[in-house]
Amino acid sequence: MGLWFSLFTVVILVLLVFMGVGVVGLNSLFGILIPYAALLIFLVGVVYRVGKWTKAPVPFRIPTTCGQQKSHPWIKANNFESPSNTFGVLVRMALEVLLFRSLFRNTRAELRADGPRVVYGGTKWLWLAGLAFHWSFLLILIRHLRFFTEPIPFFVNLVASMDGLFEIGVPTLYVTDIIILLAVTYLFLRRVVIPQIRYISLAADYFPLFLILGVALSGVLMRHFYKVDIYKVKELATGLFSFHPLVPEGIGLAFYIHLFLVSTLLAYFPFSKLMHMGGVFLSPTRNLANNNRMRRHVNPWNYPVKVHTYEEYEDEFREKMKAVGLPVEKE
Amino acid sequence: MSEDLSNVPKPDELMRIDHKPPRKGWMDVPVDFKPGTYSYTAKAKNLKILGMPNPREWSPTDEDWKLPENWEEIVREGFKDRLDKYRSFQLFMDICVRCGACADKCHFFIGSGDPKNMPVLRAELMRSVYRKEFTTSGKIFGKLAGARELTVDVIKEWFYYFYQCTECRRCSVFCPYGIDTAEITMMGRELLHLLGCGINWAMEPVANCFRTGNHLGIQPHGFKDTLEFFADDIEDLTGIKINVPLNKKGAEILFVVPSGDYFGDPGTYTCMGYMMLFHELGLNYTWSTYASEGGNFGLFTSHEMIKRLNAKIYAEAKRLGVKWILGGECGHMWRVMHQYMDTMNGPADFLEVPTSPITGTRFENAKSTKMVHITEFTSDLMKHNKLRLDPGRNDNLIVTYHDSCNPARAMGLIEEPRYVIRNVCNHFHEMPENTIKEQTFCCGGGAGLGNDENMEMRLRGGFPRGNAVRYVQEKYGVNRLACVCAIDRATLVPVCDYWAPGVAVTGVHEMVANALLMKGEKERTTNLRGEPLPGKEEVEDE
Amino acid sequence: MNNRIIIIAGLIIFLCLITFPIWYNVVGGKAAYAPELKIVSEEKQCVESTKYMRAKHMQLLNDWRNSVVREDKRTYTALDGKKYDMSLSNTCLKCHSNKADFCDKCHNYVEVTPTCWNCHVAPEGNKL
Repeated sequence: MGLWFSLFTVVILVLLVFMGVGVVGLNSLFGILIPYAALLIFLVGVVYRVGKWTKAPVPFRIPTTCGQQKSHPWIKANNFESPSNTFGVLVRMALEVLLFRSLFRNTRAELRADGPRVVYGGTKWLWLAGLAFHWSFLLILIRHLRFFTEPIPFFVNLVASMDGLFEIGVPTLYVTDIIILLAVTYLFLRRVVIPQIRYISLAADYFPLFLILGVALSGVLMRHFYKVDIYKVKELATGLFSFHPLVPEGIGLAFYIHLFLVSTLLAYFPFSKLMHMGGVFLSPTRNLANNNRMRRHVNPWNYPVKVHTYEEYEDEFREKMKAVGLPVEKE
Repeated sequence: MSEDLSNVPKPDELMRIDHKPPRKGWMDVPVDFKPGTYSYTAKAKNLKILGMPNPREWSPTDEDWKLPENWEEIVREGFKDRLDKYRSFQLFMDICVRCGACADKCHFFIGSGDPKNMPVLRAELMRSVYRKEFTTSGKIFGKLAGARELTVDVIKEWFYYFYQCTECRRCSVFCPYGIDTAEITMMGRELLHLLGCGINWAMEPVANCFRTGNHLGIQPHGFKDTLEFFADDIEDLTGIKINVPLNKKGAEILFVVPSGDYFGDPGTYTCMGYMMLFHELGLNYTWSTYASEGGNFGLFTSHEMIKRLNAKIYAEAKRLGVKWILGGECGHMWRVMHQYMDTMNGPADFLEVPTSPITGTRFENAKSTKMVHITEFTSDLMKHNKLRLDPGRNDNLIVTYHDSCNPARAMGLIEEPRYVIRNVCNHFHEMPENTIKEQTFCCGGGAGLGNDENMEMRLRGGFPRGNAVRYVQEKYGVNRLACVCAIDRATLVPVCDYWAPGVAVTGVHEMVANALLMKGEKERTTNLRGEPLPGKEEVEDE
Repeated sequence: MNNRIIIIAGLIIFLCLITFPIWYNVVGGKAAYAPELKIVSEEKQCVESTKYMRAKHMQLLNDWRNSVVREDKRTYTALDGKKYDMSLSNTCLKCHSNKADFCDKCHNYVEVTPTCWNCHVAPEGNKL
């Protein structure tokens, strides 16, 4: 259900642009108002969500340790999997955020009838596709700065020339474009093909995949097939970012589809699981040091509780204790 | 402990399962309380002792659970309260992308095939309610957004599945965001307790522990008797009379163990092991009848209950005037001691930084909490050659080591016990790497689930562990499974009997005591269990 | 532990990065700058229509290069049937003699780096 609903929604979104821009000619709505609104929702939304997480305290230090603790000097501690100091935590977080360390550990358990027994195999596909997808997305975003800035910062050309290293076709085919399409397709297919993953998938899982696929496809299509006037695209983009919005005539419908899907993604972002982008930094099982017994962690709402004191205990058992010669406080 | 496994189907029958989920969506599949897969409910008397809400007699199979009249409001407010108090909870409700990496990491999913035992779905049981109650999209889009109404059936489902999670944290190792199902299960159980829905195998120990100091309800004179009985056994074996310091003021070290260690075999051998080691060292230590429980079933109840039960440790250390605390072999106890005790009941500024009186080693890693793990203590002794050991006395044992969940994943205690084991036995083999260290599998009976009525589910959950044990049994002839956890020593016995018959379970310090050459001991012919020592078999026959 | 300061700092860094185009354009002072384009030409009609050329000149030139260098074919038949010599220097630059105004302005503006001048000698005297 979630799959079809999501696909249907994205198709509707595309049709909206055909209607709105292609037929009715609401270019300023789709070219100025919606992108502005989307950006605003994104910024305010992200701040709100992260703010909500920040407001909730971390009462206990609960890292998941994935390696040897620091104890004796002669036992080699694993400071990146079970960090005992801030440096270790930083490395652990960097490995997690930049290289998806935990996902790299992924295994697959398989039940065999003989025995019966269960065997485990390494499986790196999810890690590879996830990593490829996220890094491609980032590089594509950086490349897009050529449309957003004037003069264009040096690193944009650096990224773009590396991305187009193979110089296939004119205009040059970007490697990240291919990778992101493949990766998103894989991430979608595994949701459909693997029964367990299909079982847990919600509309909220399919929708961002279709949306991002739509964004990437419309981008690739207008670069290589349905040409748009990128000179005018840049005029529109810099106009938006410098608060002098304008909609040049004749950019091409493909661009408006691209822009509208991106706007939808931005506006949807803070309400969705996509907030894992911020959440990954805040996870208490990863971003805390395993130095619990070295440094006391303070719980801001630690409150007194009803305990059973030694006096109450001795009051109940005093005679029995005395009978067997156990020392007591009150005779 | 002797468990009755006769009601459980044979292994190949038990594992005739399909990991493919049903066609029907999970929200439309009602919970089925099948005998052998759930725990009996908490008795009213235990809840009353603790002052917990809605004490009553009831059963999960009842149609009417006798929930409080305003139960929905209670859950809603309890939920909100915890979202505000725990960033972990708020975050883990929000950021899961349902990538499914956790799915086949759970021992209960591997062993049962029930899709709601996939950690992601276990959490979705709560997230679905969270979306409906606390998010705009959930309120508007309902089921499409993965939201659902809070109903009595949802509460029943929570009860079944949050008591089918042992809070072992294996899934959190693999989650790209470190989402920890233990956190979610803990919150789920807290909410259930607000309605008076708990299990007796957790709440009776909690009630006992609150009153008598230990889970088993052993009173001070009984505790003294038990330890003295062990001392007699030790004298029979070694010819050495050892004394049992109890509630001794001015001792240097307070020694705390899980009560399982002095209650039933094979934990008792480990307990004797500690006693022999400390005697040999001439350690100035004391047991406490009040702090006679290091374990803490509060961890399986609520954060408040952890604190209520844990308070006695520091209180007793202060009353007795010890310098520091030493803790025995126990899994969840060490999660509490390592991650919660100092925060909840500290600061322990009346204690000193733990220093081994034998080697002079300062345990810098415990300088704030002031509590040291027994394998940290013993490995330090061995490193400094302070013990005379004959590992040959354990030559009849071919040993493998089971990392207990909490020491491995909440503490990082991995090499210390291995160092100790290698020093006291000659035949040690690791299980496959996907089943040890941070990837270790639960025994299937942690977090209050180790009761007899839940046996089928325990054996299902114990399957990945049992299977790994059988692997090394077949490959290396392993006949002894060592561990540093009292729950393991109770629950792995039936797991091994069922999945790897012929493998017995041992504590690490039982093997230490077997190998320990004590001053003035007579020639030993058997180990602590009364099994003939290698080369002494004939003596036994005479 | 109060880590709120760290989170807020992180959030601010993120916002700065994500709004980079805004403050870069505003601070850079070249807000909404777009170069004025001049079609410098001596003929009325290019080899193909303006629309075609605007969208596909890069492909056309690429085809010309392949055709000349690899297949030794030098004649291009346009859609309207007219024939042209496939030559950047002789055909294109004959009309569009001002590279700076005609090529570079636009290419620089959207950061396009054509490989034409790797081999061809750029016309002198009209550097931007």
